[in-house]
Amino acid sequence: MLTEIRFAGFGGQGILLAANIVGKAAALFQGGHATLTQSYGPEARGGASSAQLLISDEPILYPYTTQEDILVVLSQEAFAKFAPGMKPTGLLIVEEELVRVSDLPPTVHVFSIPATRLAEELGKRVVLNVVIVGFLAALTHIITKEAYLEALKASVPKALLDLNLRAFEKGYACGLSARQREALPEETAVSEPAWSEP
Amino acid sequence: MPADPKAVLTGVHFLNGDVACCEGALAAGARFAAGYPITPSTEIVERFASRAPEVGGVFIQMEDELAASIALQGAVWGGAKSFTVTSGPGFSLMMEHVGYAAMTETPCVFVDVQRGGPSTGLPTLPAQGDMMQARWGSHGDYEVIALCPNSPQECFDLTIKCFNWAEDYRNPVVLLMDECVGHMTEKVVIPPAEQIDVTPRHLTDKRPGDYLPFKPCDNLVPEMAHAGDGYRFHITGVTHDERGYLAVTSQAQDKLVRRLCDKIRSAADQLTLVEEEGTEDADVVVVSYGITSRVAERAIRMARERGLKVGKLRLITIWPFPENRVRAVARRVKTLVVPELNLGQMVYEVERVAGGLARTVGVTHAGGGVHRPEDILAAIVEGAQ
Repeated sequence: MLTEIRFAGFGGQGILLAANIVGKAAALFQGGHATLTQSYGPEARGGASSAQLLISDEPILYPYTTQEDILVVLSQEAFAKFAPGMKPTGLLIVEEELVRVSDLPPTVHVFSIPATRLAEELGKRVVLNVVIVGFLAALTHIITKEAYLEALKASVPKALLDLNLRAFEKGYACGLSARQREALPEETAVSEPAWSEP
Repeated sequence: MPADPKAVLTGVHFLNGDVACCEGALAAGARFAAGYPITPSTEIVERFASRAPEVGGVFIQMEDELAASIALQGAVWGGAKSFTVTSGPGFSLMMEHVGYAAMTETPCVFVDVQRGGPSTGLPTLPAQGDMMQARWGSHGDYEVIALCPNSPQECFDLTIKCFNWAEDYRNPVVLLMDECVGHMTEKVVIPPAEQIDVTPRHLTDKRPGDYLPFKPCDNLVPEMAHAGDGYRFHITGVTHDERGYLAVTSQAQDKLVRRLCDKIRSAADQLTLVEEEGTEDADVVVVSYGITSRVAERAIRMARERGLKVGKLRLITIWPFPENRVRAVARRVKTLVVPELNLGQMVYEVERVAGGLARTVGVTHAGGGVHRPEDILAAIVEGAQ
């Protein structure tokens, strides 16, 4: 099964690293396949940034998303640009304090998290992307938590690993309680594992 | 011989095509790169600049592409395996020195990560518009070897191939990547060093008095000697004889330039890498390369779901053009469909070879993205009729 994910926001929010961690978890630690492509503006920070990630139990051919199963948006601009193209029954994750959600089909599962504020409370705003990854990990069963943690260890500098693990767990806890609160149906495309345990 | 273990990043990685290409170059023995960094190829030299000191290599950021593409050849004659990395606008500037490498039989690798052109075009977006430039960009008669990867894994594998063939044929070899493959991140498996076959430079064992630097062996390729090895030789872009001395006559020109072309042309079949599948009973075969081959594969599946008999022929070797394989397929199908991220380049090569045997239809795209699979499907459906 193919799962299409897009991460989008501003340059500097760690969009690409977030997508990289999820892709690495799928491709290296879960025994699946992942294809990650990216697009960004000429600016190092502040411009639009977007990453497209496909994960599957089979080799991936077409390298771009066509209709996202999961959309993660960290800016209003990204929401406006990409929300209309996502799957009407997909999962939408938004940065609660940066994105106002409107005009969506009622069938989209929307979950929000104040990732930037949570990251600041942990001591460093830059880990907001890892908070988001933890949140995503709890809301979906595509990849095991262990695989995420392995990917995280393989992606961040050793000195910052502890902070990143705390950021992941923070997001993960928020995700679990959001799941319970919203009573996410069992039979949604996003809550089913894409492939079995490695 | 096996690769140098200290340069091989053995393991399973999640790398983009650019980084994988650099790791391939390091595994293949590249210890010098000169470049003038340009999007979307920058990550290759960025990686090389950070990795080179670990393996005793050198990266120089030159003042421009002309300087980069000739500095790399100086390094070759000084004994290093060398490459440069660029994209379309820089590749245009390097053309003079592609010809120089062909004429002086300097084994070297040019990596071109293609983006939309002409001119500055689309710096951050893919195209396949340099296919013919890679073949014909420099003046005069010469041949190049060019390979086209469609995944980060192949960026690693084929970069090694490029370096090995550069040595075997003493010729410039071009890796024709594109922005999509260069910036795409996937799983890349790097094998242990002892499983990577690296071709050493074919140095002469003749004594200085007996060695003629441009006297070909049986495979039409001369043996090399490095500057400072004690041999007297002269490297020039002027037409030269077997001693390397200027020989500005039509006879010397004929002898030299024919050999330069023949050493590649006569090896075309050994140099042919293709992926062929489902062509035996096909009505239509899609001939594609690079990132477009992955988009084409989806279109082929869609066509098969409709009951059409469709095969694929993916060109991994672009130059010398795999004529025999394309002709063999053309003999048994109605139509060859050639999607590419340009307004028609390799389609004319396919048409030249398939002429009179099968119909050839191009599916063009000016670059900046990849084809919609539906557009390739439409050409397949029409071609099957």
